[in-house]
Amino acid sequence: MKDIEVNTIIEAVRKLCMDANYYLNNDIKKAMENGLAAEQSPIGTEVLEKLLLNAELAARKKAAICQDTGMAVVFVTVGQEVHIAGGVLSDAINEGVRRGYKEGYLRKSVVGDPIERMNTGDNTPAVIHYDIVPGDALKIELAPKGFGSENMSALRMLKPSDGIEGVKSFILETVDKAGPNPCPPIVVGVGIGGTMEKATLLAKRALLRPVDKSSGIGYVRELEAEMLEKINELGIGPAGLGGTNTALAVNIETYPTHIAGLPVAVNINCHVTRHAEIVL
Amino acid sequence: MHHIVTAPFDRNEVKLFRAGDTIALSGTIYTARDAAHKKMIELLAQNKPLPFDIRNQTIYYVGPCPSREGEVIGSAGPTTSYRMDAYAPALIELGQTGMIGKGLRGSNVIAAMMEHGAVYFGAIGGAGALMAECIKSQEIIAFPELGAEALRKLEVEEFPLTVIIDCYGGNLYETGKAQYRKVK
Repeated sequence: MKDIEVNTIIEAVRKLCMDANYYLNNDIKKAMENGLAAEQSPIGTEVLEKLLLNAELAARKKAAICQDTGMAVVFVTVGQEVHIAGGVLSDAINEGVRRGYKEGYLRKSVVGDPIERMNTGDNTPAVIHYDIVPGDALKIELAPKGFGSENMSALRMLKPSDGIEGVKSFILETVDKAGPNPCPPIVVGVGIGGTMEKATLLAKRALLRPVDKSSGIGYVRELEAEMLEKINELGIGPAGLGGTNTALAVNIETYPTHIAGLPVAVNINCHVTRHAEIVL
Repeated sequence: MHHIVTAPFDRNEVKLFRAGDTIALSGTIYTARDAAHKKMIELLAQNKPLPFDIRNQTIYYVGPCPSREGEVIGSAGPTTSYRMDAYAPALIELGQTGMIGKGLRGSNVIAAMMEHGAVYFGAIGGAGALMAECIKSQEIIAFPELGAEALRKLEVEEFPLTVIIDCYGGNLYETGKAQYRKVK
């Protein structure tokens, strides 16, 4: 057994909230620079230049890259040899979010009830997903999720006969319909298979994979490349003002499913695509 | 075409702007997003005055980050505008001339813009730190209980904007996309 104190977790989450919101990840920065070099539209080029400048400025000032600092989505991978000491794990994560958003001057964007809509004032609660694995490590991945892009996401329960072509048209249709709304160039996370909730979770998970890492499965890797090319032929472009960079990457995760189903979820991220992680 | 514009501006000035034009906007603008719009429309329904005279004014759809000590405002980029589509036509009818946001607008908003004379400017989504540099002062003038969503009065200097939809129905999202689209 390994003891991990809740105070260590609180402090780790607090810092992850700030880091994820201040510093553009290197994989995204590189993808934006590559996109800039290839962009055909003058106005699209200008937008990409400004976005890179914005990221530099945010890092220097320790300011949020985007004012929508998101709802905190946290993936926690708990080794089953870990013992959480001094409190409850979920409470510790929420306390870390509370401190991170307050002390980091990040926007509080969470309402306590979806209908009554009173702001909770401290950006809690987080949305927390747990996985139990062998070992004695505790991994925390934080992905603050902005809703400009979250609102453009979609789920469809396809039929097995729709096959891979059905999957392709659903992805393209979702991105095309989103147009300028999710702040392109976007990152597209796709979950194929499982059940309804599993597909959406896979899609969210896919967004945590660095944009320069392809799937390890042959046909999925090809599908990712094909979808990226097709999405960039939609013409939406940076900020939706027209251009050849509509997406930076398409990340796809799959899971076994039922003989009667082909669930597909498309979760869209903006060009900021925040994620930060720590292993305790 | 590039325009140097001071807000507030009237319906005659709106006629000068064409989709695709770039704008450097200075002067006074107001911020409101979902919750503040809802409250304004509720005030109108009760025949009560709005927190500010909306004639010739521009509303920036934004919920900024809190400011650090000594800072005017935290990151302050645009939010997605379609969520204000249910409220915008009533305000345009009362004389609002400018909207700043990002993303698509509904046909009801575009019809009101064409009928009464209003313009929709796009700011770059996700460039919140950069936009904050152009904001010289902020003051909460209504609905402070809404936090980031409170109604604010901003003084801005050379706010970099693009005309997305003009008062003739011209739409840069459509023409820009068509130019680079390789599929139907």
